[in-house]
Amino acid sequence: MLTGFDQKKIFAGKVLIVGAGGLGSPAAMYLAAAGVGMLGIVDGDRVDISNLQRQILHATDDINRPKVFSARDTLTALNPEVEVITYAERATADNLADIVRDRNFDIVLDCTDSFAAKFLINDVCVALGKPFVHAGVEGYGGQLMTCLPRRSACLRCVFEEPPSIQTRAEIFNVVAGVIGTLQAAEALKFLLDVGELLTNQMLTFDALTSTFRRIKFARNKICAACKEVT
Amino acid sequence: MLKINGKPADAAGLTVAEYLARENFDARKVAVEINEEIVPKKNFAEVVLRDGDIVEIIGLMGGG
Ligand SMILES: [Zn+2]
Repeated sequence: MLTGFDQKKIFAGKVLIVGAGGLGSPAAMYLAAAGVGMLGIVDGDRVDISNLQRQILHATDDINRPKVFSARDTLTALNPEVEVITYAERATADNLADIVRDRNFDIVLDCTDSFAAKFLINDVCVALGKPFVHAGVEGYGGQLMTCLPRRSACLRCVFEEPPSIQTRAEIFNVVAGVIGTLQAAEALKFLLDVGELLTNQMLTFDALTSTFRRIKFARNKICAACKEVT
Repeated sequence: MLKINGKPADAAGLTVAEYLARENFDARKVAVEINEEIVPKKNFAEVVLRDGDIVEIIGLMGGG
């Protein structure tokens, strides 16, 4: 429980976390520890030994288990008050809108590991008008941005399309911890309605120089995802 | 001189595409902003960097 903060608002919160990996692990653990009432976890993978260096929801005994069940056990052990809803499937264009609507989640965290999935979350959330927090990590770097659809810039306003290549850079494990934790901070601020969200800007982190940078931008009037339809 | 990602850079006169190629950025993975305006990707080959420009190159990161 987050004593000293508005626990009612936090407990009434419903956060959907897409991807129970390097970003999803710290995000889910901090949200569960804070006492968010409902956490939805979407992931179709099983735990692999190579995941354990940064996917701290999972432990050695969980190898080969579906990640969503390993995640549920860790989160419930941390805070039994949290209702964990598991979706043991990869997010796709066919199922993601239904998953977001299933429990009418308040906000979605993009904790996925591919450009295709990140743009899928962008497009589904913009279509549904659902706030979401984009994040990505690569090498020693990480980035995040919060989008309030049609009120602030979306991923396509800035990047237009998913890159045609998917890079498989190794991830300096703690970068996922830093960025996933900041995604949890965005979700909590959103639920509490405090402070300023990371809208219309990308916050980037470089672990090599321990530097954060903030790059501001505006919505793109001709964005393929969020332009106004008249 | 102009500023690219917060650091002084000697790139005036180059197009966005030329600068990205010179610095080994993958143009498919980056967004480029000049003076807080996103440059559409189709214009990378035409837009020329000028003295005093504040340029940000944002690489999209795909891992999680
Ligand atoms: Zn947009």
